[in-house]
Amino acid sequence: MRVAAIVSPQAVSFGMIQTMDVAARCRNLRKTYDGKVEAVRGLDLEILTGECFGLLGPNGAGKTTTIEILEGLLPQTSGEVEILGKTWNAHSRELREVLGVSLQETRLPEKLTVRETLKLFASFYHYSRSTLEVMEEMELTDKANSWVEKLSGGQRQRLAVATALVANPKILFLDEPTTGLDPQSRRQLWDIIHQFQRRGGTVLLTTHYMDEAERVCNRVAIIDHGRAIASGTPSELIEELGGQQMVEFEATGNCWGASDVWRSLPGVETVHVEDGRVMLSVRETHETIPDLLAALQKSGARLLRLTTRQASLEDVFVRLTGRHLREE
Amino acid sequence: MNTPNLEHETDVASAQDAKTPAISTENGRWAGYRQLVMARMKEMWREPEVIFWVFVFPILLALGLGIAFRNRPADVHRVAIVAGEGAAQALDLLKASLQKGSVRTDELPAADAFNQFRLGKYDLVVTPKAGSGFEYRYDPVRPESVLARTVVNDAMQAAAGRKDALQVSTKASSQPGARYIDFLIPGLLGMNLMNSGMWGIGFALVQMRQRKLLKRFVATPMRRGDFLLGLASSRLGLMLIELALLLGFGVVVFQMRVMGSWVSVILISAAGALSFGGLGLLTASRAQKTETVSGLINVVMMPMWMFSGVFFSYERFPAIIQPFVKLLPLTALNDALRATILGGASLATQRTRLLVLLLWGAVSYLLALRWFRWT
Repeated sequence: MRVAAIVSPQAVSFGMIQTMDVAARCRNLRKTYDGKVEAVRGLDLEILTGECFGLLGPNGAGKTTTIEILEGLLPQTSGEVEILGKTWNAHSRELREVLGVSLQETRLPEKLTVRETLKLFASFYHYSRSTLEVMEEMELTDKANSWVEKLSGGQRQRLAVATALVANPKILFLDEPTTGLDPQSRRQLWDIIHQFQRRGGTVLLTTHYMDEAERVCNRVAIIDHGRAIASGTPSELIEELGGQQMVEFEATGNCWGASDVWRSLPGVETVHVEDGRVMLSVRETHETIPDLLAALQKSGARLLRLTTRQASLEDVFVRLTGRHLREE
Repeated sequence: MNTPNLEHETDVASAQDAKTPAISTENGRWAGYRQLVMARMKEMWREPEVIFWVFVFPILLALGLGIAFRNRPADVHRVAIVAGEGAAQALDLLKASLQKGSVRTDELPAADAFNQFRLGKYDLVVTPKAGSGFEYRYDPVRPESVLARTVVNDAMQAAAGRKDALQVSTKASSQPGARYIDFLIPGLLGMNLMNSGMWGIGFALVQMRQRKLLKRFVATPMRRGDFLLGLASSRLGLMLIELALLLGFGVVVFQMRVMGSWVSVILISAAGALSFGGLGLLTASRAQKTETVSGLINVVMMPMWMFSGVFFSYERFPAIIQPFVKLLPLTALNDALRATILGGASLATQRTRLLVLLLWGAVSYLLALRWFRWT
């Protein structure tokens, strides 16, 4: 029921959004595999032209199924999908010409060079961009004549995105674009996404990295068990936590049992206890900490650790589901 | 390599940063097809194993088997003569043959002679019988033993004074066309077309599916028909090279003669390559893993390796299974290739075999199109 409380303000903002230009939309989307496994259970999404929209959620939440339905690679069980105002059934060829897709874990032919791979993909489109220009943009020019098998993980991933960009797409779909990449390669990809957006492109990406969603996405939908449990801009979602600061502490004694005590401290919005650590989301750190220390002292507990930080989408997810995004 | 050119490109790109990129290329209807064929060919050339199995291995096989089973003059017959009374008479009767070198004899005790005959060191044991005459010990299932008995008997009877009742003359003839290598090369060609069709199409497709490359292709406006056509075209291109190498090898190294027209040979090979390509497509239509498709391909090919007359004629199998053997696509291909290459048959005479072959291809192709999964 907390869920409903968080989603409803978004419903209001969606009402305003409808007058703006929608690049992709799905309504009441459902996907059931083999009549049993419900991967997506009634999902509504609206991706606006020019924005970067993120589907954020843990593994198995239904992100890949959703994005592949939007890409026209999987048929939905029920619900409507519209891309650029068109449906897949009626306009599949037209749509393919203007969409760029990078799948999760595609392994491009190992024995082709970067240049050959891009030429191959470019040749499928009626109009395509110069492969030289795309390689330059993706920082792959040095590797133009290297076989794909010789590329690093980051270079392979950039090539995968490059095969989507040679089409000069209007919408770019990226499924887990930075999973398994080193920090530098991740930042490089984020720059590429920004660059694409600056030229007016629309991006839909899936990720289970909350920092990625916060840095790259204009808006996110948090997906869990095939449903959107919250959506909005990252800062809106964090604000809805009630507090934007997090105070985390550990202390001796049975202090984590006393949630009521922590909730009654000044400025505390929510309390979450995990493995003996107490996490408080607070409006202002300086309002809460003196009283927290006093309360601990009064109960005779000794403080083992105390940290404060900015609240993140991870905290939103923990608050909504009681689990972490990357729990295995 | 071409750095100066690329640096120029950098300047242009940075100047245009954040602007809509210029569309540089309008691709024609067949651009995708051309690129797919080129990519497929390049990938194969860059895979050393493919080069070995498709091009080198059949030639090594032909070379090895061609040398092992090359036609040689008849061997010397090895005869054991049991020592004792009468042994000298036997040697005397065989004197003429010994001088010609067609028979080699050893004189040794009975036990040793029989033992070594059993081990294959001798083809025949001659035992002088008490009184007069000889007893031959030979093995009716060893051709060389049967032959040795006949040769030795004839020689001894002639030396003892037998006269031939009929006047005959003989002429030796051994020409290219009837040798084992002549039989083998068309069979190897057929087998190779089957192998590379099944692996080159079937295995390659499942590998692409497993690597999600098929799915990635389907996410572009690529025409699916072009993709399949591209696979078939590169298969045909490769077929020409396989054919030229293997037949060329037979002609140059073993002085083989191609009796039929090259056009017929090429057309029959093309029919074979396409049919086995279709069969490869069918085996690959559903499999998600390369392990699965490897098993399937072997199951499909195994009966043909055994029954379709690659290394030896299928005429040796019982008559009851012959009609089934002849319905196998590789049998039809091998028979048609042999009839054309060795017998100089025209294409028209091979129409039944070609029909069998093309039916296999067409039915597999149609089923594959129904069942094929791109994702």
